[in-house]
Amino acid sequence: MTVDWSWLSAHAGDLTTLTLSHLQAALTAVLLGLLISLPLAVLAHRVRPLRGLLLGMSNVLFTIPSIAVFVLLLPVSGLTRTTTVIGLTIYTLVVLLRNTVEGLDSVPAKAREAAVAMGTRPLRTLLTVELPLALPVIMAGVRIATVMSISLVSVATYIGDGGLGQLFTDGFQRDFPTPVVAGIVLTLLLALVADALLVTVQYVLTPWTRRPRTSGRG
Amino acid sequence: MTICSQARDAGKGLLMIKFDAVHKRFPNGTTAVHDLTLELPEGGITVLVGSSGCGKTTTLRMINRMVDPTSGTIRLGGKDIREQDAAELRRGIGYVIQQSGLFPHRTVLDNIATVPLLLGWGRRKSRARAAELLETVGLTAEAGRRYPHQLSGGQQQRVGVARALAADPPVLLMDEPFGAVDPVVRIQLQDELLRLQQELNKTIAFVTHDIDEAVRLGDRIAVFRTGGHLVQCAPPAELLARPADDFVADFLGAERELKLLSLTTLADVPVQPATTVRTVRDDAPPPRPGSGPHLVVSARNEPLGWLDPDAGAAGPPSPVRPLRDTDSLLAALNESIASPTGLIARVDGAGVLTGVTSREAIHEQAGRRHQQAARTQLTAQKTAPATQKTAQKTAQKTAMETAPENGPENGLDTTPAPGGSAPGGSI
Amino acid sequence: MYELFKNLGSWLVAGEQWTGPDGIGHRIAEHLQYSLLATLVAAAIALPVGLLIGHTGRGAFVAINLASFGRALPTVGLVVLVFLAGGLSMTPVYVALVALAVPSIVTNTYAGMTAVDPEVKDAARGQGMRGHQVLLRVEIPLALPLIMTGLRLALIQVVATATIAAYVSFGGLGRYVFDGLAQRDLVQVLGGAVLVAAVAVVLDLALSGLQRVLFRHRRAAV
Repeated sequence: MTVDWSWLSAHAGDLTTLTLSHLQAALTAVLLGLLISLPLAVLAHRVRPLRGLLLGMSNVLFTIPSIAVFVLLLPVSGLTRTTTVIGLTIYTLVVLLRNTVEGLDSVPAKAREAAVAMGTRPLRTLLTVELPLALPVIMAGVRIATVMSISLVSVATYIGDGGLGQLFTDGFQRDFPTPVVAGIVLTLLLALVADALLVTVQYVLTPWTRRPRTSGRG
Repeated sequence: MTICSQARDAGKGLLMIKFDAVHKRFPNGTTAVHDLTLELPEGGITVLVGSSGCGKTTTLRMINRMVDPTSGTIRLGGKDIREQDAAELRRGIGYVIQQSGLFPHRTVLDNIATVPLLLGWGRRKSRARAAELLETVGLTAEAGRRYPHQLSGGQQQRVGVARALAADPPVLLMDEPFGAVDPVVRIQLQDELLRLQQELNKTIAFVTHDIDEAVRLGDRIAVFRTGGHLVQCAPPAELLARPADDFVADFLGAERELKLLSLTTLADVPVQPATTVRTVRDDAPPPRPGSGPHLVVSARNEPLGWLDPDAGAAGPPSPVRPLRDTDSLLAALNESIASPTGLIARVDGAGVLTGVTSREAIHEQAGRRHQQAARTQLTAQKTAPATQKTAQKTAQKTAMETAPENGPENGLDTTPAPGGSAPGGSI
Repeated sequence: MYELFKNLGSWLVAGEQWTGPDGIGHRIAEHLQYSLLATLVAAAIALPVGLLIGHTGRGAFVAINLASFGRALPTVGLVVLVFLAGGLSMTPVYVALVALAVPSIVTNTYAGMTAVDPEVKDAARGQGMRGHQVLLRVEIPLALPLIMTGLRLALIQVVATATIAAYVSFGGLGRYVFDGLAQRDLVQVLGGAVLVAAVAVVLDLALSGLQRVLFRHRRAAV
């Protein structure tokens, strides 16, 4: 099994298009997932009875096979990018919801109490104390959701989308490994770069978690 | 129902916080506070003590509406606290909690600036105020740029105090603020608080389960019993001398008498001129045997140690701990027991020898002190404005506010002969 | 839409669908066989790795990053690649499913091991336990709930993904999905999807129930 380099150079343009399309689907899904899971997580964190319900529901969603999710969506949104994005979003919800709730749980009670005791109103407490302190755990969820989405986009190849996943069907049908290898390598690269970027974002956003440059004891 | 009535007479006579028949029952059925009527005067530290589950923390948290009472009213400066928006109310009340409750994601400076920012002072003014407070609580500007976890426990606690003081609130609530630091640092922080209080004269409600801390800090101590009952509220000296019942006595512990001594300073104990004991300069030749113990002093007349030429081999002088007027009777008794002569060396603020005092004189003052504390109640409070009291206390806890009954003049005559054997007797 | 679900209902309850070598019962058995075998193999690889890095604390950074890298592997691509390289067999399917399951098991095992209170480990050592005794008698029992969670997550993911076997002409519930797609028979596709989800949900509930029973005494302790 050898890689046909000439095919690769001949199709560099296609590969770029597919990579960008792949990335777009994954990122849109993660962003949508964040938009939906943030308010839900805050709700689940504040209202105890809702917590079990929401987390349980998201767990059930996770058990549905990705291919089935895409297919189940076909009657709703047809063979379109929308179907891909909705399917992926459902998957990100599981991770994002759980991590955001856990992140909010991890906020030290004393910090929250201090904020309230100093006269910070609930919304401001959420935005300036709870969410920033939950950020490390939330970001861990975002990283998992992103990598997972990038890996899952390929599944949408069965419904005619799938970004780099199209290379797999192509290689399978023509018994030609080169596009398959290219698809796997590009998917992994994409995941790696996205993850590295997220780590950097987290580093910048959470300066208090860094190790002190000088000795911490005073 | 226990009313801390004498509180009314302290301070400027103004009531800062008033609990009126306050009751708190939690949804799970436990009664945290039972029919509490308590008055906290303006300017002064009221310490709420009791074992865990006695309702002291709930009482504190009701003042800034972190907990709302089931029934009864709480007034702050004459105004029912429920008439105000909870958040607005809290911005006007400083709050310090155990392990400081600092925001781990904000620098120390930004932590301190929290309330000023909430009050809309603007970033620059808030930070400037925070920097000022950093200095007030004894931290460097460099510490302001750090994150809380990069500071030691004691430093974090200082930041917690600074943060509570940032908007200069008249009232400060402190919930076991020094509970999580080691004993040595705790005492530093307590001294620091007393120093700050002398400067700022806030109305402070302070929760602790440590009776020693309560005695050290409190102008008044309110003792709570499990079930949320206030048992007794009195100045520390009175509390120690006259516990209301066995519960309070138990809580104060077996060393109640010693605590009382630690509350009293040497200021009123007469100083006997140093001529009554032989002194010898440290550069002079050692005294002859048979001449009795000598106090060795430096060229500047600072006590250096006791030297007894009859005590066998000519070793170095045994150590002396010179005592100032601000030191406690307890420290003085300890020193007199350690001293080979039974005398303690008294010094002025600069450490220069002013004279000596015998163990007997200390005992006498201790006895007087005890009777006084037992006798004096309301009258004592009236003569002592809180500000003056705090000043005295910062200078190391002068306990009683009444004028000394004895003049220093009667001290000289009663002191034993120099070099005489130490009188026996116990405390 | 309504019509579709009505047809789906009748497809699922039709008697002839449930019997014979092409019947739903047989397909479920195949599906379970693939999933369980793949998860077992993955556990045989991942558990020792997770326990080792958790116990020694060494190699954690590399292992965890490799695991997250593994998560990014596109399953479809992997199946196709192994199939093209090795020809038609179940191997490509198992390789892909094992690769899918390993990261969850490694990371959860490691997380369980690091969550064990260091003071408890210290106490065990202080009472004279050797390294392997600490591991077997203290760390693993305490880490077990999280280890089980990892295995459960891995199994659910594998069940959901084992549909892929049908893509390379094998059985399992994926048969209905891919046959349906090929025949443009949406009802059959939906039927397959619903069955996979049902199997996964039932397994998930059963295993989390088991976990709850096994570790019920732990909750009071925490």
